[in-house]
Amino acid sequence: MRKTEAVYNRKLVKGNEAIALGAIAAGCRFYAGYPITPQNEIPEFMAGRMPAVGGTFIQAESEIAAISMVMGAAATGARAMTSSSSPGISLKQEAISYMAGSEIPCVVVNVCRSGPGLGGISASQGDYFQATRGGGHGDYRTFVLAPHSVQESYDLTMLAFDIADRYRTPVLVLSDAVLGQMKEPVYLRGYKGREIRKPWALTGAKGRKARYLKSLYLNEGELTARNWKLFRKYRRMEKEIRYEMYLTEDAEAIVVAFGCAARILKTSIQMARTKGMRVGMFRPISLFPFPSQALAAISNRVNRFLVCELNTGQMVEDVRLAVKPGATVESCLCPGYIPTPNELFREIKKRYLASNP
Amino acid sequence: MYFDVIISGFGGQGILFMGNLLAHAAMLEGKNVTYMPAYGPEMRGGAANCTVVVADEEIGSPVIYHPHTAIVMNRPSLYKFGPRLLRGGLLVVNSSLVDPAEVIYKGINLLFVPANDLAREAGDDRLGNMAALGALITKTGVVRLQSLTDALSEVIQKKYRDLLPVNIKCLEKGATYVKNLKSQI
Amino acid sequence: MKPVFKRPKSLYDVPFHYCPGCHHGIAHRLIAEAIDALGIQERVVAVASIGCSVFLYDYFAVDVLEAPHGRAPAVGTGIKRARPESIVFTYQGDGDLAAIGLAETIHAANRGEQLAVFFINNTIYGMTGGQMAPTTLPGQKTTTTPLGRRVIGEGAPLKMAEMIAALKPPAFVARVAVNNSKSIFQAKKAVQQAFRIQVEGKGYAFVEFLSACPTNWKMTPCEANRHVSEALIPEFPLGIFKGDL
Repeated sequence: MRKTEAVYNRKLVKGNEAIALGAIAAGCRFYAGYPITPQNEIPEFMAGRMPAVGGTFIQAESEIAAISMVMGAAATGARAMTSSSSPGISLKQEAISYMAGSEIPCVVVNVCRSGPGLGGISASQGDYFQATRGGGHGDYRTFVLAPHSVQESYDLTMLAFDIADRYRTPVLVLSDAVLGQMKEPVYLRGYKGREIRKPWALTGAKGRKARYLKSLYLNEGELTARNWKLFRKYRRMEKEIRYEMYLTEDAEAIVVAFGCAARILKTSIQMARTKGMRVGMFRPISLFPFPSQALAAISNRVNRFLVCELNTGQMVEDVRLAVKPGATVESCLCPGYIPTPNELFREIKKRYLASNP
Repeated sequence: MYFDVIISGFGGQGILFMGNLLAHAAMLEGKNVTYMPAYGPEMRGGAANCTVVVADEEIGSPVIYHPHTAIVMNRPSLYKFGPRLLRGGLLVVNSSLVDPAEVIYKGINLLFVPANDLAREAGDDRLGNMAALGALITKTGVVRLQSLTDALSEVIQKKYRDLLPVNIKCLEKGATYVKNLKSQI
Repeated sequence: MKPVFKRPKSLYDVPFHYCPGCHHGIAHRLIAEAIDALGIQERVVAVASIGCSVFLYDYFAVDVLEAPHGRAPAVGTGIKRARPESIVFTYQGDGDLAAIGLAETIHAANRGEQLAVFFINNTIYGMTGGQMAPTTLPGQKTTTTPLGRRVIGEGAPLKMAEMIAALKPPAFVARVAVNNSKSIFQAKKAVQQAFRIQVEGKGYAFVEFLSACPTNWKMTPCEANRHVSEALIPEFPLGIFKGDL
């Protein structure tokens, strides 16, 4: 550990605050939100900080209004963000779809809680499908980044703004109740990216032709062309795929997990390692595009996979599609509650011993 | 080095503040640390708890079910977390509010700290949390007392700034209490 | 010869797609004239809504953003707050503004956002084919009120101008008609005032147009113009409800 950096640059903050700090560092100057547990630290932080940096904070009348405000702000070229938790993210899908269709970049944070319906306020990964399959109506996707620490909450939020602008797309940061509420020291290293020009922004038609941003295409062939254009863009985004391999080099079995589940599993895997089990973890950081190729490469030498997620089996479908035929993909599922490291260790052990008697 | 603790009591005892302060001190010492509060409706029912993990290596789970260490500041906490403690772990009991005769768990180390009484002697019986924390770090050595007092001046809210000296006094009181126990042994 | 009547600079030289006798064209023209008169074309960012007027960008030579149904005031809020030098207006029909977007409408007005909101009230859903609107008159037949709108059960016409005027923050609230030259002249003044208020930083302005939809009313343009005077104006009185010209 670099002691000097540790002493001078570390700040003990909640994951939610780290997201807000990352956004402001990346130049986000517009935030609109609506209260919902467990993401309230984000609007609260923004309410205090935005005016100080010359930005705008608005507590909107609803999640729908909040994301619509973000759409307006982002259309002028501003870096804009909203945040919510699962039920509120459902409401935001309307404008997310419009922004995907109109190619307006923005950052949306989902501090995921459990559902369906009002569900509960504990951490969940029940929104994996919603996050990675588009979420709203129409044939579109959003880029999805899933942090598993407070540091990543800060770093990936900054990255989210860059990816959003680069591909003119909404980017979703998929956090959860554990990551949002936990505190960890975070290195506030500042924004290292670069804001790019936005020749499409609606800034008033001064010295140029008037322009518009829209998602309605009624003329023959236009919408088809539009959908193919978006499709090609999503393929290009595969350049931005991110993942972590944890103790995979000598692994005989691989656990696949993201977000807080991956975090808890790191302890379970350490426990398994002390018992001599050669287990590693593959952690997708970008959930869409999914790191399928990297997983496929691993499945050339390891053929046992255990997908652990806080739902009844969503990411497991992407894992099954990615690994080579013949690999075994099992699930360890924890819908609606937060598993303990011991519990997940027992799941690993049970399966590991079954195939290594 | 790896250390984890669940701190538990009722709302108003400064449970989350203890966790925050400990985490902050660990950070000042350049260690990795996670602090995980119980939050939401759980906060409203009168019970409060949080989990702190301190380590030199990367920390995996911030959520611990079977802790190595627990501080129980009231009776309900004893019954909730006492049975979960790992064998050989350390249970710090606020003996101002919990009768030591109720602590029946086997195979663990016990440290009874009359936290509220120590705090009263130091000048403010509301600060039993600081006495208990001072005792914990002296017993375990997870962070230095100096780090806690440094952290305190960063963490304490502006409106409570005038309570900084008495907070420090309570931390020291808890620390001294444990040192004296040691010398008796 | 000197031309006394020209196409406003802020309108493209293209024919409107609107039906014969529809008032959208007149409202568009009045807005474009006001933009020209105030010299703000280069600053305007318009928010199109969902309905017949969704193609705003085909007619107005200003930057345009197409908002989700009902969300134009929220979208406009985002534009104006992120870029205060812009002059922002929304253009919304009765379904968009008074039904699905009622919350956004009221809250933007109640925050006193620096917006000009133009409300086209023709008491019916036009683009989707003549369904009941929140402003549909009692007894009016639509495709979803085939027996005529019943006030109990289907609702009374929402009086948007009055509702918004009851809020403290809005600076200017008016209801106008464009079914004859006298009312068009009044409407023109109200539209200009709505923009002037924003140029001067004085806050939120709302102008409700009583507007004809001959196609869905199943009337000729002349009958529709008479219907505005005989049926709409008695229900929705014209006037300045807040501020002055």
